Amino acid sequence: MHPVVKLVAQRLALSLLLLLAASILIFAGTMILPGDVAQSILGQSATPESLANLREELGLNDPPVTRYFDWLFGAMQGDLGTALTNGRDIAESIGQRLSNTLFLAFWAAIISVPLAILLGLIAVRYKDRWPDKLISGVTLASISIPEFLIGYLLMYYLAVQLGWFPSVAMINDGMSLGQKLQSIALPVIVLTLVVLAHMMRMTRAAILNVMQSAYVETAELKGLSGFQVIYRHAFPNAIAPIVNVVMINLAYLVVGVVVIEVVFVYPGMGQYLVDHVSKRDVPVVQACGLIFAAVYILLNMIADIVSILANPRLRHPK
Amino acid sequence: MKNIPISALIGLFLTAVYFLMALLAPIIAPYGMAEVVGDVWEPASSKYWLGTDNIGRDLLSRMIYGGRTTIFIATAATIISFVTGSVLAFFAAVMGGWVDQVLSRFVDLIMSIPTLIFALVVLSVMPVTIPILILVMGLLDSTRVYRLARAVAVDISVMDYVEAARLRGEKIGWIIFREILPNALSPLIAEMGLRFIFAVLFVSTLSFLGLGVQPPEADWGGIVKENKEGIVYGIPAALLPAVAIATLAISVNLVADWVLNRTTSLKGGRG
Repeated sequence: MHPVVKLVAQRLALSLLLLLAASILIFAGTMILPGDVAQSILGQSATPESLANLREELGLNDPPVTRYFDWLFGAMQGDLGTALTNGRDIAESIGQRLSNTLFLAFWAAIISVPLAILLGLIAVRYKDRWPDKLISGVTLASISIPEFLIGYLLMYYLAVQLGWFPSVAMINDGMSLGQKLQSIALPVIVLTLVVLAHMMRMTRAAILNVMQSAYVETAELKGLSGFQVIYRHAFPNAIAPIVNVVMINLAYLVVGVVVIEVVFVYPGMGQYLVDHVSKRDVPVVQACGLIFAAVYILLNMIADIVSILANPRLRHPK
Repeated sequence: MKNIPISALIGLFLTAVYFLMALLAPIIAPYGMAEVVGDVWEPASSKYWLGTDNIGRDLLSRMIYGGRTTIFIATAATIISFVTGSVLAFFAAVMGGWVDQVLSRFVDLIMSIPTLIFALVVLSVMPVTIPILILVMGLLDSTRVYRLARAVAVDISVMDYVEAARLRGEKIGWIIFREILPNALSPLIAEMGLRFIFAVLFVSTLSFLGLGVQPPEADWGGIVKENKEGIVYGIPAALLPAVAIATLAISVNLVADWVLNRTTSLKGGRG
């Protein structure tokens, strides 16, 4: 078998294993922790009868292993159980919200990825001069503020003071694409800022690393312009690390969405999760946790596979 | 200590100011933490330097007490994550073999789930109290410390002096604490600053989501949550914690950068 195929297959198998283990961890995290789930849902003042009823309803009387496999097989067939708080089917509630969340993350990614790579290139081209310093300063500042505060800062200045954007991001099916984009503009800007800093710093580091190699020196000595050296010689060799950076940040984006959705009252997965954590609705939390973990593991896996495929030493073995 | 760059000095100074404010909060704060002293969202005045909050408490006092809670939780969580993470990592590096494999793969597994999501899953069944918050944050973050500490310790554990200590018949405790720890300290201390900032951001995020510090206790994330409705009416009270968190984070970063530069240049000098 070709070594690349073998490596990719190994990576796929590892991800599946990881996802399985993560599901065990999420399940164990909510079920086997000290303290009784039924008790913590109903509070200290619960009567013994209502506790017994809830235990029965949650299946807490079955052994944990049985419950885990019931849950896992259900989840694999798209049955995530019903929410405790309103008795509605979780898979149904999640469907629409998941696509809303992916819609938001998609637009944030479309804007932030090219911008981060471009700014990273500029920072390398003008290394140690003012554009580089300005970019590093701004990124340091935006790393130092939690994302929900960046959200409120922009909401205060751009939506309330200047009135450019709506301050909450409501979307529904009746809206056209343009209206939807208008209403998610502000959360998209915030998410872009959050991942941009990190992505740009890592892009800059990846290209700087390549810039120290001998062929770049050759290119400089034969008189190519600064941007030509970066664009024709350094950038192609930095693609693998950059793709890796991009994927890791997209994975981060999917999580950052949780907080941003709460800030802008956006009807997505994140808000759904946070709502039900405070209501102690365990099945919903497990389902959301599993989906977020799956997306995160998937993106990390793609990052690894792309960097395997982009490595010419692995593609053309001796 | 003479050649401290100006940026590190500023960082040290501001960090010290924040920690002092946290320690001396009851003395410095002009009003009590939960004391209702004025109208709702009064603007800044000589009486209330930063104005009042959503139910008429003095914001400056809330910010000072909030800083105390936030910094305390972040410090405690950082200490837990460092002690657990680095001790386990050194243990794994010294023992090698299956101990190392089991620990490292377990850490990989925990890191494959996003920290915030995992914390939310755990906090959905645990009572949200400050000790539990510290424990959850500290243990989740210890995976990051473990990664770094293990990488550092693996390099050190193949050194001749460690080999010599092993041949002398020293016990594992001696090797970890007397041979490896002193040599691994400087990269770990630089990392500590970054983990501390992360803990501040993390506890603020959890409190903002309503799953961290519970009212009436003040903390920076909670202040945002309490005053967020004001934003729409143009009242910037909810933005104050942004200033506090950003200055604290940047000053700790400056200090950490300096520690890191100093230790790496030291290594360069030896090589």
